[in-house]
Amino acid sequence: MHQLLQQIFSGLAAGAIYASLALALVMIYRATNLVNFAQGEMAMFSTYIAWTLVNAGLPFWGAFLITLAVSFLGGMAIERIVIRPVENAPILAAVVVTIGLLLIFNSLAGWIYSYTLQEFPSPFPDRPLFGALMTTRDIGVIAVTLVVLAVLFCFFRFTTTGLAMRAAAQNPESARLCGIHVGRMLAIGWGLAAAIGAVAGIMVAPALFLDPNMMSGVLLYAFTGALIGGITSPVGAVIGGLIVGVTENLVGTYLIASQLKFTVALILIILVLLFRPNGLFGTAIVRRV
Amino acid sequence: MSESLPVGAAGKLAPIRASVPNAAKVRWPCNWPWNWPWNWPWRWLAGAALIALAVVLPFALSNYHVFTLTQVMIYAIAVLGLNILTGYNGQISLGHGGFFAAGAYTAAILMHRYGVPYWATLPPAGLICFVLGVLFGLPALRFEGPYLALVTLAMAVAMPQLLKYFDTWTGGQQGIVLVKPLPPPGLGLDRDRWLYFFVLAVLLLAMRLAANLLNGRTGRALVAIRDHPIAAVAMGINTPRYKTLAFGASTLFTGVAGALAAIVVGFVAPESFSLFLSLSFLVGSAVGGIATIGGAIVGGFFIESVPNLANDVSDAAPWAIYGLAMLLFMYLMPRGLVGTLGPWFVHAMRKFRSARGAPK
Amino acid sequence: MTPILQLRAVKAFYGQSEVLHGIDIAVERGGMTVLLGANGAGKTTALRAICGTVRREGEIIFSEHRLNGRSTEQIARLGIAHVPEGRGTFVGLTVEENLRLGAYTCTGTPHENMQRMYAYFPILAERRRQQAGALSGGEQQMLAIARALMMSPQLLLLDEPSFGLAPLVVESIFALVERIRREHRVSVLLVEQNASLALEFADRAYLIETGYVVSSGSAKALADDPQIRRSYLGY
Repeated sequence: MHQLLQQIFSGLAAGAIYASLALALVMIYRATNLVNFAQGEMAMFSTYIAWTLVNAGLPFWGAFLITLAVSFLGGMAIERIVIRPVENAPILAAVVVTIGLLLIFNSLAGWIYSYTLQEFPSPFPDRPLFGALMTTRDIGVIAVTLVVLAVLFCFFRFTTTGLAMRAAAQNPESARLCGIHVGRMLAIGWGLAAAIGAVAGIMVAPALFLDPNMMSGVLLYAFTGALIGGITSPVGAVIGGLIVGVTENLVGTYLIASQLKFTVALILIILVLLFRPNGLFGTAIVRRV
Repeated sequence: MSESLPVGAAGKLAPIRASVPNAAKVRWPCNWPWNWPWNWPWRWLAGAALIALAVVLPFALSNYHVFTLTQVMIYAIAVLGLNILTGYNGQISLGHGGFFAAGAYTAAILMHRYGVPYWATLPPAGLICFVLGVLFGLPALRFEGPYLALVTLAMAVAMPQLLKYFDTWTGGQQGIVLVKPLPPPGLGLDRDRWLYFFVLAVLLLAMRLAANLLNGRTGRALVAIRDHPIAAVAMGINTPRYKTLAFGASTLFTGVAGALAAIVVGFVAPESFSLFLSLSFLVGSAVGGIATIGGAIVGGFFIESVPNLANDVSDAAPWAIYGLAMLLFMYLMPRGLVGTLGPWFVHAMRKFRSARGAPK
Repeated sequence: MTPILQLRAVKAFYGQSEVLHGIDIAVERGGMTVLLGANGAGKTTALRAICGTVRREGEIIFSEHRLNGRSTEQIARLGIAHVPEGRGTFVGLTVEENLRLGAYTCTGTPHENMQRMYAYFPILAERRRQQAGALSGGEQQMLAIARALMMSPQLLLLDEPSFGLAPLVVESIFALVERIRREHRVSVLLVEQNASLALEFADRAYLIETGYVVSSGSAKALADDPQIRRSYLGY
C-alpha cells in the first residue's frame, strides 16, 4: 500500500511535467491546428539556456525567469519566421516543417553543448516527506506546474489579450473584423507554448539529466496526455498528463518491465484514438468537406 | 504562307503554357520518368543508358563508394515505400524506420538462426512487413492527418525498446552479427560489387512495381483519397481497402529495404532503428519529391551523402542539414526536386516536340 | 456633404478570377445604402473588398483615409464594423465575451457601451453568460450586430441580416438597425436579398449584376423602376 501511494505521488510529479508540455501542445493545436512535433526539442533547448545561465552563476530562479522570457521571444520568432509560411499549407507540409524544427533544435543542442549527459540542478531539496510517501522535490514540481496553470487560466479568462487569443484561434476572420491582429495572437500563442515547454524542461531535467535527446520520451508522454484529455482541451491536457504520469509509474512498477515504457504510451495512444478519438474533454473534430 | 495544323495548335497553346511559372500547374503527382512523352526508341534508349551507367559505375569506383551507392539504393527503396503511403495516399508516417527494422530483423533472424540464404530472406521480410503494415493500417483508417503521424511517431520512439526487450530473438542490445554473403562463383565480382548489383536489381524491380501500382487505376484512387477523401468515397472508391493496401505495399517496400540493409551491413542492433531513421526517410522523401517514384533515388542520395560530407564538421551537422533541408524544401519546392523539375522537363520536351511538329 | 465611403472602380479577386469588374459606390454619411442583386452577383465580395478580406484594386476612401493597402484589422480600427455573412459570432465564447471582443479596438472599459447594447437587445442581457453557439439564429444575428456596434463604428457593413431568419425576426432586426442608425448617426451599408424590405428602409440603392453596378439611385426610384420590380421585387 505504501509503495502504491509512493508510486502514485511520484507519478503525479512526472505527470505534472507531461501536463505542462501537453498544455503547450494543446495551445498550439488550438491556435494554429498544428501538432508541434518540435515542442519537446524546443523545451530541451530552453533547458540548455537555463543550464548555461545557472552555470554562469545566476541564481536558479533568476535563470528560470530569463529562460522563460527568452523562450517566449524565441517561440514568437519561430511562429513568425518558420511556421507562418505553412500555416495554410496541407497538413503534410506543416508536419514536415515541425519535424525539420525538431531536427534543427536537436542538432543545434548537440552541436553547441555536445551529446554528453549534463547534471542539472534542482531548485528543490530532495527530502522525503510524510514517511517517504513523497519528496519535497515532487511537491515542488507539482507546485510550479500548478502556478503555471493558474497564471495561464487567469490570462485567458480575465485579460483582453487572452480573450483576443481565444477569439483568434476560434474564428480568425471574425477576429480580424474586430480589429484583432490575428498574426500577433498566433505568435503570442507560440511564445507562451515555448515558455510553458521551458518550464517542463527545467522541471524534468534534474531527474533525467540534460542531453539533446532527453525530451523524446517526455514528448511522447505529453502527446499521450494531450490525446487522452482531448487535444482541443487545456484542462483535458493537464488531467491527461497526470493520468499518463501515474499510469506510467504503476505499469512500470507492477505490470511489465520499465524498458517497455514507450510501448505502453504507444498502446495508450492507439487505444484512445480508436475508442475515444476526442479524448475525455475534447470537442468533436469537425471534418471539412 | 500557311501554317500546318500542328504548328498552329502549338502556337495557340504556347502562350497559355508559358504563363504557368515553373510548371506549377502541371499535373502532379509526377510519375517521372515513366510519363516522359518520348517515343518508344528514345524512352527505352534513355532507360537503357541509365541502367548501363548504373552497371558500369561500380567498376569505376572504389569499394567504399560502391558500398555507399549500395546504401543509397537501399534508402531509395525505403523512401519509395514511404512515398507510396505519405506522398500518394497522404497518410503521414513518421515511423517507417520501424518497418525497416522489422524487415532487417526478419532477414537477420532467418539468416542467423535458420541458415536461410540471404537472397531467400527478402520475400519473407517483405511478406511480414506487408502483414504488419496492413495490421497497422487497419486502425490507422480511423486516424486522420496529424494523428497518424503521432501514432507512427510513438511507434518509432518505442521501436528500439521493443527490439531490446525481445532479446531471445533479437540479441538484445548487442544485436545480431551476420556473415556477409559471398558472391556467386564464376562472375568475377567481389563481395561489395556483387551486393551492389543485387540491390540494384531489387531497386529496379521495386521501381517497376511501384510504377505499375501508382500509374494506373490504383494510383489515381490513392491520390483521390489523399486530395479529396469524401469525393473519393462518392466516386465509389473503396477507401478502407485502398488505404490499407497502400499501407501494406508501402511497408513491404520499406521492409525489403530493411532486409537488404541487414544483408549489406551484416549487422543489426536496436539503436540503428531509432526515431531518427524514420525521420531521415521523411527527409529523403521531402527532398526528392514526396509524391514521385524517381524522387526516392534523389532522396536516397541525399540521406546517404549528407552525413558522409558533413560529419567532419560536427556529429550534429548532418541532422542540422536534414532539418534545414526539410524547411527549405517545404517553402521553396514542396514537391521536391523530382516533383518540380520532372514536370518542367516533361513540359519542355513536349514543347520541343510540338514545335518541331512531331506527330503525337 | 461628402460621402463617408467611396468606392471608385473597385475590382476584387478570388485567386486569379476577377469577381468585381470596377464598381463605383458611395455611402452617404448617416444614411443607409443597400446593395441588391442575385446570388453570386458580388455583393458580399464588395463588402469584403472594403474590409480587405479579398484582394482588391481601385480606390476605396473612407472619410479621408485610403483603405487600399491597409489590413483588415487596421480598417476595423478606423471605425468600420463588418457583420459578415453567416454572422461570424465566436460560438465558443459567451455572449459577454463576444461583446467585449467587439470593443477590442476601443480604449477604456466597454461597460457603458455594453449596457447600451443590452438595452437595445434585452435578450442578450438575459443570455450574457451563455455560449454564443447556444443562441438561436435571430439572437446570434443580434449578437453579431451588437458586437459590431460595440466598437462605436462610423460605418456598419451588414451582410444579409435576414439570412435564415423568420420574417418577423427580420422585421424587428431591421427596425432596430434603423433606430440605431438614427440614434448613433452610424452610416450603414447593407447587402440584402430581401429587396422589398431593404428598399423600404434604405435611402440609396445599387443593383449589382455579375460584378457590375447596373443601376443605382434613390431607394424610392429603384423601387418604382418597373424592370427592377419585375426582376427583384416580384410584383
